[in-house]
Amino acid sequence: MSASLQRGLNAFREAINAPVATFFNSCVHCGMCAQACHFYTETGDPRYTPIHKLEPLRRVWKQEYTFWGRYAKAFGLSKPITDAELEEWETLVYDSCTLCGRCSMVCPVGNDITYMIRRMREGMAASGHAPEGLVGATRRAITTGSPMGVKLPALQAQIRDVEQETGLKIPVDVNGADYMLLLSSMEIMNFPEFIGAVARIFDRTGVSWTISSAAFEATNSGIQIGVSDLAAELVQRVVSAAEHLQVKNVISPECGHAYMAIRWEGPNLVGKAFNFKVVHILELLDDLRKQGRLKVSSKELQKLTYHDPCQISRRGGVVQQPRNLLDMVAQNFVEMPDTGTMNWCCGAGGGVSTNERADELRMKAFKRKQTQLNAIQPDALVSACSNCRIQLEEGLEVNGMDIPVLSLTETIAAHLADD
Amino acid sequence: MANDQSIGEALRARGISRRGFLKFCAATASMMALPPSMVPGIARALEQARRPSVIWLSFQECTGCTESLTRSHSPTVEGLIFDTISLDYHHTLQAASGSAAEAARVTAMKENWGKYLLVVDGSVPVGNPGFSTIAGVSNMDMLLETAAGAAAIISVGSCAAFGGIPYAKPNPTGALPVSAFLSEYGKRIPNTFGADESGQTDPVDVTGKTVINVSGCPPIPVVITGVLAHFLTFDKLPELDDLGRPLAFYGKSIHDRCYRRPFYDKGLFANSFDDEGAKKGWCLYKLGCKGPTTYNACATTKWNGGTSFPIQSGHPCLGCSQPDFWDGGGFYNSLSTPTEKIARAAVFAAGAAAAVGVALGAANRAKQAHAAKQHEKVTINDLDKGT
Amino acid sequence: MSEQELLQWVRGPAFEAASVIFVIGVLVRLLQTVLLGRSKDLSEARGSEVIGGLRTIFTRSVKHNFQLSTFNLYTMVAGYIFHIGFFVVLLLYAPHILVIDQVMGVSWPSLPTTVVDAVTVVTIVSLLAILVHRLKHPVLRFLSRFQDYFVWVVTILPLITGYLAFHRIGASPPTLIAIHILSVELLMVVFPFTKLIHAFTLFMARYYNGAFAGRRGVES
Repeated sequence: MSASLQRGLNAFREAINAPVATFFNSCVHCGMCAQACHFYTETGDPRYTPIHKLEPLRRVWKQEYTFWGRYAKAFGLSKPITDAELEEWETLVYDSCTLCGRCSMVCPVGNDITYMIRRMREGMAASGHAPEGLVGATRRAITTGSPMGVKLPALQAQIRDVEQETGLKIPVDVNGADYMLLLSSMEIMNFPEFIGAVARIFDRTGVSWTISSAAFEATNSGIQIGVSDLAAELVQRVVSAAEHLQVKNVISPECGHAYMAIRWEGPNLVGKAFNFKVVHILELLDDLRKQGRLKVSSKELQKLTYHDPCQISRRGGVVQQPRNLLDMVAQNFVEMPDTGTMNWCCGAGGGVSTNERADELRMKAFKRKQTQLNAIQPDALVSACSNCRIQLEEGLEVNGMDIPVLSLTETIAAHLADD
Repeated sequence: MANDQSIGEALRARGISRRGFLKFCAATASMMALPPSMVPGIARALEQARRPSVIWLSFQECTGCTESLTRSHSPTVEGLIFDTISLDYHHTLQAASGSAAEAARVTAMKENWGKYLLVVDGSVPVGNPGFSTIAGVSNMDMLLETAAGAAAIISVGSCAAFGGIPYAKPNPTGALPVSAFLSEYGKRIPNTFGADESGQTDPVDVTGKTVINVSGCPPIPVVITGVLAHFLTFDKLPELDDLGRPLAFYGKSIHDRCYRRPFYDKGLFANSFDDEGAKKGWCLYKLGCKGPTTYNACATTKWNGGTSFPIQSGHPCLGCSQPDFWDGGGFYNSLSTPTEKIARAAVFAAGAAAAVGVALGAANRAKQAHAAKQHEKVTINDLDKGT
Repeated sequence: MSEQELLQWVRGPAFEAASVIFVIGVLVRLLQTVLLGRSKDLSEARGSEVIGGLRTIFTRSVKHNFQLSTFNLYTMVAGYIFHIGFFVVLLLYAPHILVIDQVMGVSWPSLPTTVVDAVTVVTIVSLLAILVHRLKHPVLRFLSRFQDYFVWVVTILPLITGYLAFHRIGASPPTLIAIHILSVELLMVVFPFTKLIHAFTLFMARYYNGAFAGRRGVES
């Protein structure tokens, strides 16, 4: 078995449901989706018009699911989808789309283009037209558990460091804990301070938690490459671990697509509702704040702004919580122009950062974020997704902007009250 | 009879004063949309014009046109001009009957060959010449032989002008308007009565003769007299629209001259014949008024000496001066509304569509399900192409 | 064929046929779309799908998520003027209300005809502006196919022919009205098979969009 055009076309057929068909029916070619997409606005290339990225899928819809389309196909009057075409479309569907969801917010007829791109990727991948970098990451995720190849020993090493630094024990495989924390490879390798921050906060607020040694990876490459079969396998590991440890909640850490994967797509991928709740770390922190358990004894004084990670904010629904938390810990917080659910994507989500071929394009897309930042000139930039963080740091450096990027959780932990 | 009397002499003989005559000329000028400076010219021309011979043929008609033209409660200018012509043949008005009447017609034709005015009312049946005959002569034959020597042909009334009610579906008699009939049948008419000195009777071609259509059911009296006056004055036909009607009277629509127009523009319509709107004199568009597409002088000149016209009396315009007004979809349905039962058709269509739509929906679902069944679970080995 | 015969045919059997094609076309298209269904969402909802869906149907028309760029402003302003103008002319002009009354048995007050006349002109101008945009802007030129231009023609024809019929320019009134009705019939017949179907499907699309977001507690 290998990828083939046949499998790809079959996946396209599967992907077309009532919403997708409705969206294709409704598009009036108004071009406004392009105006919302930073890949278009920062390059001026009309090929990055979001709806255009879906063209092969649209033709499948037309030829397979509409009366006149079938009729035309029967008489050989329609243009078949070819392998060459899918190859041409690979860069449009993967390199120039982070599944950020802005296009879906502005389409006048209401098309959820992001939804369609996600479903189109099933066919792109099944036909062998997913980017090399993403294929590799997914393979590693399936075989080793982490897209970056971070195995348990590496995590254990980081845990030891954190325990040493904080003086706290990191609970691993604790049966019956309230919360099971997931971690993204990015956090484990690049921002292990996050683990320490979480440990300190949970210790201070009396949260019962654990990490599973069997399934600690939050990142879901399957979502990014768009192969539900593989995404489901990755989700199932978490579900199995959570059930095994009999935890009540699973925490999705500061990682965008992880949240989308476990919170929203998860139950649908594995085919049944979870018997535990899924919360984003920010949701939990905000709850603790509301309950009066999470308190800070000092505040960030520098001028801060917040970058909304797309999968957490616009596509995930965790919008107000970071702001409540920043309200608590920041003295001088300003919103970016175009904020909240209309904030601009950092440019690296949806598998783009895993795709080396897209590096240049990704940096061009970052220019949009640069424009936002230039408008308010903050001292520091806060976010809640490690992938965004890496991208933002790279983008800021490339453009000579001296603005540190902070994790919200870590920032809170830094000002944690002593009692 | 005979036209040895000039019109001026004839009028004076009837006791019409010079002043009255000039008033008539002024009225004629204004009706024909001619400038006042032409009045003396009109007066001079009419003064000296010979009383023309007029032969009036009545075919498939109801005599309404004659009634309209002759109906008057007091002497009118229409009556005046009517008196100045020598009406040598008219079924309703002439004293003679039978062979004497026909003889009068033939005599008038022979004596005034090439100069008499032919007025026709009623349509001409070509389905069977026997459908309408006069003294044993079919309308078709009588019209042809009389048209041969006419200086001008005037179709009075919508029947003669456009076919009128006999022409309406299904047109059982094969009725034709005068102009259409002459174009089709008038190529070679035997020249029975217009023999020249040498006795030569070349066939006449009347297909090129202009026919003035004075349409209306019936036409407004002053329109016919205005046409006659124009002809007498200028010895030519007035300017005609593309339906052959004198522009001076048929150049504007009822809608454009209707006194209820402000109500139309404001959107104030009568919804039934005795509702508030009707009582207030609001626009009759919703009750089927054909004013917007009807060209005639009714709204300005009106009827019965300027007394009123249908809309003023509360009835929507029938469009009677327009071709095919009988087949216009109903007098009480406005011109642009659908004539079929659309709602019923739509309901049936919806039923059919539901069936087809559900079938196609099912087919779509089947295809979708089939694709799901065909789904081969993707493994990490399947992400590269063709090994 | 005489003028009256043409008008009789156009407002008679032709209108009936066009109406039937329209109804069948729209219904079949909607059914074959919606019956594809969507699988049940097993995730735990944060907010209501139904409320979100219904809300977005409305807010997508009145709230703007988009940037106030030149492109967007042009598109939205011209688009609104066109749509509102079109519906004003279609639904608030007395002779049109009469047709609706005859077919569906409902009517409502009309606007003064002089106002509708002015609105027609404005709507035609907005359509011209829309075409210019489509011809000149790189994204629109890139996206546009034959259908986009064809639909534009089919949409502007009823407005232009209606204007000519009202002012009686160019031919006799019965002919002008017949041409106008014919242009409407063309629009009706073309409607279900082109992007014009968005007039119906946009409600569904916005619903799906708002439902998806509403489930997550986001107002889209």
